[in-house]
Amino acid sequence: MHRRPRLLAAAAAAGAVALTLIPRAVHADDTTATSAAGVAADTVWVIVAACFVLFMQAGFAMLEVGFSRMKNVGTVVAKVIVNLSISSIVYWVVGFAIAFGGASGILGAIIGHTGFAPQFRPGSHIDTPSLDASTVPAAAKFFFEFVFCAVSLAIVWGTMLERTKFIVYILFAIPFSGFIYPMISHWLFGGGWLMSHFGAQDFAGSTVVHLTGATAGFAGLLLLGPRIGKYSRDGKPNAIPGHSMPLAQLGVIILWFGWFGFNPGSTLNATNLHFADVVVVTNIAAAAGALGAMLAIYQVQRSLDTGMIGNGAIAALVAITAPSGYVQPGWAIVIGFVAGLIVVYGVIAIDKVLDDPVGALSAHGLAGIWGTLSCGLFTDPDFAKFNGVGSGGFVYTHKLNQLGAQALAVSISFTTVFISSFVLFWIIKRTVGLRVDDRHEIDGLDISEHGMWGYPEQFMPVPGGAYIHPDALGGAGSHRAPAPTKPKGPDQTPRKKVEARP
Amino acid sequence: MKKVEAVIRPDRLQPVQDALDALGASGITITEVLGCGHQRGYTEHYRGTKANISLQRKVKVEVVIPDQRVEGVVEAIAGAARTGEVGDGKIFVLPVEEAVRIRTGETGDDIVQHRAPEHWGH
Repeated sequence: MHRRPRLLAAAAAAGAVALTLIPRAVHADDTTATSAAGVAADTVWVIVAACFVLFMQAGFAMLEVGFSRMKNVGTVVAKVIVNLSISSIVYWVVGFAIAFGGASGILGAIIGHTGFAPQFRPGSHIDTPSLDASTVPAAAKFFFEFVFCAVSLAIVWGTMLERTKFIVYILFAIPFSGFIYPMISHWLFGGGWLMSHFGAQDFAGSTVVHLTGATAGFAGLLLLGPRIGKYSRDGKPNAIPGHSMPLAQLGVIILWFGWFGFNPGSTLNATNLHFADVVVVTNIAAAAGALGAMLAIYQVQRSLDTGMIGNGAIAALVAITAPSGYVQPGWAIVIGFVAGLIVVYGVIAIDKVLDDPVGALSAHGLAGIWGTLSCGLFTDPDFAKFNGVGSGGFVYTHKLNQLGAQALAVSISFTTVFISSFVLFWIIKRTVGLRVDDRHEIDGLDISEHGMWGYPEQFMPVPGGAYIHPDALGGAGSHRAPAPTKPKGPDQTPRKKVEARP
Repeated sequence: MKKVEAVIRPDRLQPVQDALDALGASGITITEVLGCGHQRGYTEHYRGTKANISLQRKVKVEVVIPDQRVEGVVEAIAGAARTGEVGDGKIFVLPVEEAVRIRTGETGDDIVQHRAPEHWGH
């Protein structure tokens, strides 16, 4: 029980450091120049951060590949690229306008409604009221917000691996990236009612991006059902081990790296220097999450499950996403560590009833809820003022009003996304169906959906990888066919002459 | 002619091969196999869920030799593969009707008369 005083001491120390830091940050904000150099610095940072976030697609791909069986890895990478492509276009046509477009009246509290299919010129601005504080041009704002949409969409499918028809990925991606994600994004990022009327804080999207994706995945999973063999007749869950922990952990590290665009880039600003604080807070939370998960899984099974340790880092990154711009590093350790515990016990509890191969419901759903609520506990009042959203958390103010706003944001977002996604998946299930045939599921989706395994040579039924097509072999003792490809000399079969047309 | 089939621990393969080399019986075929004895495997965990590993990785060594060499080969394999713990494996001896060397078409005991290895090792 000596842990608590130490944490408090760490937090107190962090607070003392913060007191010296914040006046400088505010000063920097005052001098946020609209000079060309300042705008250029902001824009470069926002675009670089967006590219970090885009690279997270590789992280999701590797995480899912690692936790899948070998026969289903080709479909994962194909799905990631196709979904990224669909959301790229759909978000440009309608998504960005609904999330961040001009919003007026009652409709404006629900969705933005100007700026569909936006046109850009160098340095041009369009009407995006909630993003006006940033000096970067509209194209940079658009691209940064788009990559978030793509992340949210990628999260949906972690629950549904190894049995979903490919067409489902396409059919769901369109309304999700065109409407569902943008609407939640408008409510909490784009000046919609949860942000403007209740001051709910979500710096980079624990709720908007992660809980939204996981909730859609939850709805899909309920309609989809478990993989064949996941549950015994008596309902006992069976392990279906994935094929590569190195790939899964490569995915974790790529995501960890990408998060340095995700959270710090959400400042949409380099010149006020707040992004550097966010980098530190993000990293320290991830570290605490990996260690928390390591301890928790050791407590459960007396061994250090590799996948769970990685899940702990992801859960902590998800949790710190909402508070990353609002809290001090000492509290980030608490937030990350608790997320690491949540993901382990969450995965094990959920696994008894729902087949979620990568643990997305825990890592993105439960941790997203925890992270959003944690703003209400740990938000530094100075940062709330600095960001202009809500007020300080319970540990500073001893008031629960911010926690209430956070709880409201979580419940409203969850309910909205769950209902809309459930309806969409239900329609897809009743029309084209969600699942592949049992036979195809057993053989692997790589063959049934893509006509070739993700590791083709691994599965080719010739040992040693030494297959040579019989027609390419020469006679006895020769490994090479006698070069029939180039006709030479008059004894070769003459080419068919093309008859002159009349 | 007899075939000696030994299912052994993968980590004992090199000692077995060395022991056969020392006998001058160095022609062997190795297969990676899965199997279990009457212990029926063991239990591990994956993401908090128990996973029963009912088959263990083993290596199967096959050696074909003239009848009179069987005893020596079996002793050599058993000696090199033994750790004294459960899971050391088993050795089976089977009759072989004929052997043919593909390159030359030769048959019979002559082609399974192993010689001491030349130009190999140190």
